[in-house]
Amino acid sequence: MTTAAPITRRRIRGGVGESPLRIDGIPKVTGNFTYASDLYADGMLWGATLRSPHAHARITKLDTSPAYAIGGVVAVFTAEDVPGRMGFGMHADDQPVFARDEANYWGEPIAVVIASDLPTAKLGVAAIEVEYNVLEPLSDMEEADAADSVYRRMKVRRGDRDVSGDVVVEGYYEVGQQDQAPLGTEAGMAIPDGDGGVDLYAVSQWVHSDHMQIYPCLDLAPEQVRCHPVGMGGAFGAREDVSMHIHLCMAALRTGRPVKMMYDRSESFVGHVHRHPARMWYRHEADRSGKLTKVEGRIILDGGAYESSSMAVIANAGYFAVGPYKCDNVFIDAVAVKTNNPPAGAMRGFGGVQTAYGHEAQMDLLAADLGIDPLELRRINALGRGDLMSTSGQLIEGSLPTVELIDELAQMPIVDPLDNDDPRHLPGGTGLTTDPVHVRRGVGYGVTLKNLAFSEGFDDYSDVRIVLSPTGVEVHTAAAEVGQGLVTVIQQLTREVLQIEQVAVVWDDTGQIGSAGSTSASRQTQMTGGGTYQCALELRDQILAEFLGDDLSEEGVWKEGQLIVTLGEVCALRPREHSIRYRHPETYATDENGQGDPHPAYAVAAHRAVVDVDPELGLVRVVQIDAVHDVGKLLNPVAAIGQIEGGIAQGVGLATLEELVVDKGVIKNGNFTDYLLPTFLDMPHVEVRWVEEPERWGPLGAKGIGEPPTISSGPAVAAAIRDAIGRHLYRVPILPQDIVGL
Amino acid sequence: MIVTFTVNGTNQVVNVAGSESLLTVLREQLGLPGSKNACEQGECGSCSVILDGALVTSCLVMAADCEGADVTTVEGIGSERELHAVQQALLDHGAVQCGFCTPGFVVAATHLLEHDPHPTEDDIKEALSGNVCRCTGYGAILRALVELTEETA
Repeated sequence: MTTAAPITRRRIRGGVGESPLRIDGIPKVTGNFTYASDLYADGMLWGATLRSPHAHARITKLDTSPAYAIGGVVAVFTAEDVPGRMGFGMHADDQPVFARDEANYWGEPIAVVIASDLPTAKLGVAAIEVEYNVLEPLSDMEEADAADSVYRRMKVRRGDRDVSGDVVVEGYYEVGQQDQAPLGTEAGMAIPDGDGGVDLYAVSQWVHSDHMQIYPCLDLAPEQVRCHPVGMGGAFGAREDVSMHIHLCMAALRTGRPVKMMYDRSESFVGHVHRHPARMWYRHEADRSGKLTKVEGRIILDGGAYESSSMAVIANAGYFAVGPYKCDNVFIDAVAVKTNNPPAGAMRGFGGVQTAYGHEAQMDLLAADLGIDPLELRRINALGRGDLMSTSGQLIEGSLPTVELIDELAQMPIVDPLDNDDPRHLPGGTGLTTDPVHVRRGVGYGVTLKNLAFSEGFDDYSDVRIVLSPTGVEVHTAAAEVGQGLVTVIQQLTREVLQIEQVAVVWDDTGQIGSAGSTSASRQTQMTGGGTYQCALELRDQILAEFLGDDLSEEGVWKEGQLIVTLGEVCALRPREHSIRYRHPETYATDENGQGDPHPAYAVAAHRAVVDVDPELGLVRVVQIDAVHDVGKLLNPVAAIGQIEGGIAQGVGLATLEELVVDKGVIKNGNFTDYLLPTFLDMPHVEVRWVEEPERWGPLGAKGIGEPPTISSGPAVAAAIRDAIGRHLYRVPILPQDIVGL
Repeated sequence: MIVTFTVNGTNQVVNVAGSESLLTVLREQLGLPGSKNACEQGECGSCSVILDGALVTSCLVMAADCEGADVTTVEGIGSERELHAVQQALLDHGAVQCGFCTPGFVVAATHLLEHDPHPTEDDIKEALSGNVCRCTGYGAILRALVELTEETA
């Protein structure tokens, strides 16, 4: 008889606080990862889309028969072929699957041609005969407001309008339209199931929302349409809306074959929603000590031709119009208008980005008038736990360490002055245009606030199912991994609770699991991460209760330091699985004055930007951004820094480069030659610090981190450019002609 | 039109109509989808390949012009079992998020280090300024390559 060696407990790797490698990293660095644009099926057909060449027109003739004359064209679909409901949308179903009588924006789909290959499908599109009666587009957001062409008016009426301050500053601000520009364009494939149903693999931030919009248009039962998560090259809001999804399903169902579509870059610029462009009028009043006494604002966001998520974006613009500052008297009129411009919807920051440019510029004007340091003025007014939100009046019960972030930012060393004349360190770079003697340095701040997860009473949840086997754990979810690293966070949280290292994340389709909600609103770490953590805890507790143990690990169940049953034995008795629906604290719609409890949590961010400007040539180099973030509890340092740096790049882009130029509804620069994205040489050095003050819900108090860096960085850069040249620039992106004063 | 060329060390013969880009032929005819089509006008670098020793955007190269050429794509730089040092460095530093730009960065960085094994930070930024990344803000990519070039110094 041999004596068994005592069983020791292995210390597992890859738990909370570490930065384990992404499991999708190896296929991504080798080119083997399958994106939607890489999908292939034997016998597949290709689709191409006919789009309106006018921002507003009546369609007086639509003859698809010439397309059928082209060899290889299999089918053509128009509005006449939509089997069910004619419209779709995230909130209202106001967007037609195909324009029928009237096209309401430039690029609106009118028909889809299905053919043996993509070039043939495009020939088919060109062959379709359409005649239009061109109408005048409604393209100015103030005209739309005056005409009451409106998705939603959102009012804040809080406190006493007759209160005044010792100093008053007024400002007008504009934010140009930004495109998410995910590197992967819209792509997908639909496969008929042979039984009247269809499986869809198309880019999406929220497959269950897609599903709800798709099946009524197809006139199918919900279970006949299954939306599958699929690899995608970024999202940033652009994948929250349905694009080609219904077209693909219609084509697969009618042809009985797999059908693939992929937009090229120019088509992508009209194939997804963009960030709302904004005009804002602000009036801030403060007393001599710097305390805000009253804020008044009027905010217009251009929602474009269809509603998309404008209802929620304008709410955010209103609720976050003042920023992370205390003020008892706040009066905001925010409106999202309906025009014939390209539809606007979700983009990282979602309404908070636009108003941050306004409220932060106003704080700088106040600081200058009062002779108070700009960061100190923000500290004097900083909102925190136990305060009332200046707009909604909601009591802030969760974490909000605004003062701590500002203090941390104030302590960060500031980057050294320009000390060499390597052109790569000068505005204008290797264009060799800038003489260093002309360079002026500026410093600016952005301190901003964002809600985390869904608001205003929306039933926000994430379904998670965990299956335990002797070889490891499977975590099932329909949450969209768009690149942000949710896959790793799910693994880390599961390991932390179950003490089992082998964790696989299984992306279920809409027929297999309930909704995880959208990968947006900085919510998946808290919602699906929170659901994973809670589900694992409940599963662990069930097993411990059954076996009367006090601890669980990948070896099995332990009691008082002794292994009492192996994991194999635990799982042999019956399948070990557990499912939960995770919800955050309840929120509520606000009253007609915008008062109430709309938000479950907030995150604040504090940035300092340092820029060098050549005021003669109007060139800017963003030198450095020092960023302090409110992370609740840091789960994965490398992933957090990646979100912060990546978010900052998009903020820097909007402040200095990126604008979708739209003239009477027509996009003038829908390609990467003319729509400028920050490159390696445009990106500043970033120093990151964080403050950990746990949130009252979510996994271990962790907070979402996706959006705050995009919101704070742009206003900081804009402020730094103003500081460098001493002029009040009111519009972003700040272009060379703005700096030289043309 | 028949075009004969070498891709990742393998002789390939393709029949092209004439207007196809090298990128299209790689992806649609040769089963090499690692090179990505993101802008198809040479601005973003997602389709970068090495063509006869030169770093090019394959979306701007006509396949018909590749007769006799030697092409290296991301699939020819490393494999899942044997990652190239550049691939390993990007992975280790969290320089991969959505990953759509990553093949282009792998090809461009490999090409850079073959020609200049010890670039400065500024050299790395300049050499890779033709590759757009929308997720990372480039910080992790820079840290990965700086550490890699210091290791081999």
